[in-house]
Amino acid sequence: MIEISHITRKFEHFTAVDDLSFSVAEGEVLGFLGPNGAGKSTTMKIITGFLAPSSGRVSIDGHDIAENPMSAKALIGYLPEGAPSYPDMSVISFLEFIADIRGLSGAQKQQRIEKVINDVELSSVCHQTIETLSKGFKRRVGLAQAILHDPKVLILDEPTDGLDPNQKHQVRNLIRNLAKDKIVIVSTHILEEVSAVCTRAIIINKGRIVADAAPAELEAAAPAEFIIESQASPGKLEAFFRSVTTAGAQ
Amino acid sequence: MGKTGIIFKRELYAYFSTPLAYVFIVIFLVMNGIFTFDLGGFFIRGQADLQPFFSFHPWLYLFMIPALAMGLWADERKSGTIELLMTLPIRLRDAVLGKFLAAWVLSGIALLLTFPIWMTVNYLGSPDNGVILAAYIGSWLMAGGFLAIGSCMSALTRNAVIAFILTVAICFVFVSSGSPIVLNAFSGWAPQILLDAIATLSFLTHFDAINKGVLDIRDLLFFAAVITAWLLASAIVIEIKKAN
Repeated sequence: MIEISHITRKFEHFTAVDDLSFSVAEGEVLGFLGPNGAGKSTTMKIITGFLAPSSGRVSIDGHDIAENPMSAKALIGYLPEGAPSYPDMSVISFLEFIADIRGLSGAQKQQRIEKVINDVELSSVCHQTIETLSKGFKRRVGLAQAILHDPKVLILDEPTDGLDPNQKHQVRNLIRNLAKDKIVIVSTHILEEVSAVCTRAIIINKGRIVADAAPAELEAAAPAEFIIESQASPGKLEAFFRSVTTAGAQ
Repeated sequence: MGKTGIIFKRELYAYFSTPLAYVFIVIFLVMNGIFTFDLGGFFIRGQADLQPFFSFHPWLYLFMIPALAMGLWADERKSGTIELLMTLPIRLRDAVLGKFLAAWVLSGIALLLTFPIWMTVNYLGSPDNGVILAAYIGSWLMAGGFLAIGSCMSALTRNAVIAFILTVAICFVFVSSGSPIVLNAFSGWAPQILLDAIATLSFLTHFDAINKGVLDIRDLLFFAAVITAWLLASAIVIEIKKAN
């Protein structure tokens, strides 16, 4: 259970997050939506303990992130915006470094590293330095480090940004499979992704929550005058894209 | 292995997985050779000691160490990896100390690789090896002082070049604070006690004492205090600036 109560974060000239409160329970996949600059990333930085809020509290499974940062952070796997990683390390040594920090060792360490390399399909680039990888691979390295210690709480800031439709599909499947007994928060501005993986969506604007419901309920609540019948449905277009570009397509 | 050790290992590995470590070591050795034999007149002096070798170290470090330190935090901020690092279950002091130690050990490796000069002087005469050992320790401590300043300056900015320039400037003040260049700026209006205080902050004064073979606990404490103070300042700066 993550509990966020009344967090506010002020920067010099504006308030990025304005009195935000919500909680997320086990098994929920929360889609965190909003226009650019709405405060999505700032909120995630506060939840993960990177930024301190100007006021308010965050509790991860009973551990206050400000008072008990070590035990709270140990529960979280986090993919920061842009999936930063150390460019001069090889994929495998980067994952070993994260495993060491996460306190994994011996057979368990090897087994977890092998598993995440499999899960996000990194085996072909294992020994390459990260700076030589494409954007999609870098993103997957970021995902791999986030799920390496099988965290209870997974916080992903735009996990599918920069991926091609096949990879997006794969990452969404991965998130769905991971989600069973975990708490997942995913930020995105790709709306179809929310319907695809999330059990709940929160839309924030100017640092405040403007909607909080299941994706289907939000769809049902859309006012008629905003609905535009598009000539090509993006969902179908994506299905077609995957059917012609995935090797051995079904 | 503690968290500090894990960070230390990664940082040291990073130095050696890029050309940085090798370039640093080679240039350090070449410059040492030029300073000692050419400018220092190692042979002409006809004395079996390493004074000409060590007496250039403050000036050599003034430009070499900031190059080593400039990326410590600036690069983390620039690439965004600071967010990754700071959301891992480590304490800030693990990161500050691990990074500093990696750079310090690299400068120690470069210093140890000057051993041919020690062999040379032992071949040519019979120097006081105790004095030489003290000077090596003093030189490494001074490198630590420069690095701790560099760590703090690197935390101030996301631009490594700015960090380099700031570090050179601050280190220059610390090296030369016992000399007229700095003291003249204060004499006339500042009380004598402040002048004395500034003069005692000089790296040169403390290093020269050690270099002469006087391993005074006060000189060692001075460098330990400089390192501690600047690393603490680094931690504070990182905490304040990481959000920007």
